[in-house]
Amino acid sequence: MNTAAVRELSFGQAINEAIRQEMRRDPTIVVLGEDVAGGAGRAHLGLVDAWGGPLRATRGLITEFGPERILDTPIAEMGFLGAGVGAAMSGLRPIVEIMFVDLIGCCYDQIMNQAAKMHYMMGGQVDLPLVIRTAYGTRGGDNRTYGGGAGAQHSQTLYAVLAHIPGLKVVVPSTAYNAKGLTIAAIRDNGPVIVLEHKFLGLRAKGPVPEEAYTVPIGRAQIIRKGRDVTLCGIGRMTHICSEAAESLLGEGIDAEVVDVLTLSPLDEDTILESVSRTHRLVVVDEDTPTASMARDIAARVADKGFDNLDAPIKTVTAPDTPVPFAAVLEALYTPGVAQVVSAVHSLFGTGA
Amino acid sequence: MPTREQLLWMYERLTLIREFEERLKWLVETGVPVGAVHYYTGQEACAVGVCAALQPSDWIASTHRGHGHCIAKGVEVHRMMAELYGKSTGSNRGKGGSMHITDARVGMLGVNPIVGMGATHAVGAALSAKVRKTQQVAASFFGEGAAGIGAVHEAMNLAAIWKLPVLFVCENNGYAQSTPVEYALSVPHIADRAAAYSMPGVTVDGQDVMAVWEAAVAAVERARAGQGPSLIECITYRYYGHHQGDDTHRYRTKEEEEVARGRDCIRTFREHLLELGAAQQQELDAIDAVNRKKMDEAVAFAESSPLPKPADLFTDVYVADPDGERE
Repeated sequence: MNTAAVRELSFGQAINEAIRQEMRRDPTIVVLGEDVAGGAGRAHLGLVDAWGGPLRATRGLITEFGPERILDTPIAEMGFLGAGVGAAMSGLRPIVEIMFVDLIGCCYDQIMNQAAKMHYMMGGQVDLPLVIRTAYGTRGGDNRTYGGGAGAQHSQTLYAVLAHIPGLKVVVPSTAYNAKGLTIAAIRDNGPVIVLEHKFLGLRAKGPVPEEAYTVPIGRAQIIRKGRDVTLCGIGRMTHICSEAAESLLGEGIDAEVVDVLTLSPLDEDTILESVSRTHRLVVVDEDTPTASMARDIAARVADKGFDNLDAPIKTVTAPDTPVPFAAVLEALYTPGVAQVVSAVHSLFGTGA
Repeated sequence: MPTREQLLWMYERLTLIREFEERLKWLVETGVPVGAVHYYTGQEACAVGVCAALQPSDWIASTHRGHGHCIAKGVEVHRMMAELYGKSTGSNRGKGGSMHITDARVGMLGVNPIVGMGATHAVGAALSAKVRKTQQVAASFFGEGAAGIGAVHEAMNLAAIWKLPVLFVCENNGYAQSTPVEYALSVPHIADRAAAYSMPGVTVDGQDVMAVWEAAVAAVERARAGQGPSLIECITYRYYGHHQGDDTHRYRTKEEEEVARGRDCIRTFREHLLELGAAQQQELDAIDAVNRKKMDEAVAFAESSPLPKPADLFTDVYVADPDGERE
């Protein structure tokens, strides 16, 4: 056993390594998307690998696997995601990148009517080993010199409209470690899996990642911090906000437990219910807008199945029901932060301002 | 020129499709609850001419009007009929119905009622063939109505830039539901659009199975040679309404329908075979009789098959995981 310190990777590097290792193992894996390599067809000028996606998660893959397996596409989400669906039905294992989740409007039929339903409506005769990777999220209140500030059509957290569709698995990694493991699990799954990758996890997600390939199971939430007094349930980047809030609450004597949901569908109700059965209080923290959201879905399930264990109403901390604003000051206000989570917890204990 | 064996296969498939749809129409009109159906009657030469040029290992992607494509590619009629009856012995175990009939074993990637989407799936199958170096080709059937949808154009562009082995087969039956083609199309012929994607485009008589077959053979040769996609526009006519409840006389004239029926693809092909001396009258009558019997058996099979079990509601939502465990 190698006892040397495990090297640290960024979120994007971890996903890159996951795809690379799986592509070495399985020649039927192909990557499709806009600028997944970048600068397509310019190899004769000595120009390859110009871009590599918003998180650079596919950078460098073309130099190892070539343009036959790393396929830059025209701007045609409906077309190339449909090609991914057809290829998945006929012997390939495509990984399709939709650059930003905001663009699913351009290909939603392929997701909700085609990929999600094929296996069921065809009576189980066709597998659909398809991975859809897509970036989401605002820059929040973080002080950034580059990126973010992308406005209402490039900053959304549109996962509820994906989790709503039966047949799709929807995962939201939060760290480099679980990003690699969930991406590998998604690639090995024989059905469609959507991986939502937050654009601005930054240093929060950087961390130790084992060099070997491993999976993080789809469909399981994880308790990442043990506590007695309240359960903070976070999704993606919000998991970090929950952890920071828990740290702050500890200073005033409130011991919060943090659950990283990780998979939105199928949702791991058991882990959330088990946590609430010990803490008796729940705050769900979700970067998406609240109407018909994951936050309210989780709250409703706990109210339905865990009501007897609750000592206080369930609270949700979400973005407001508005489009994502552009101005940094408004975007920070829009995005759930530590202060709102702490305030929600205070309301459960009748303390605070 | 097709072999005699191929000619007889074409006749057998043309008439089996006709028999299937006529039987289905009778069932619908006598109140058998087979769900929403879109009869293919009148267009049989399009499906049969194209599939006669394909190998069993090749793929097709279909439209909402897909029964003919299924039969031409080799889906068994008793499994199709059981599917329409919603029985567990159906092609899709009763989970799909008319608009989702699929049989991956014979390269039938799905009847698909979201107009134009099948074109993108055919492109994906062709990409699969190219990456895996299998020499398979994929044919995408779509109607002239689908020529207006973006997905079809995206599919054509992808197939062209990647030189994928795809046949884009447009069955121009003149009407998208009740909207006439001359209203909805910006060019005289859908085949004109091929130029925009640097692929050959031809318009053929879709009532002439030989003409469709010839165009398909050329397109398949080109596809297998790695030269990329082709577009074939088949001018055809659907005899009945858009779906089982549609009254065609609200948007087209009886005279127009009579002219179209005067060029029936089965009658003209039968006459052609007899003139050619490729078959005798009795031989063709015998094929007709076998098809009628096949449909009797298909209906009996569907009627006597078991319904899905309540537990089937929950099966196959997710694909079995790599450990072989089901949800």
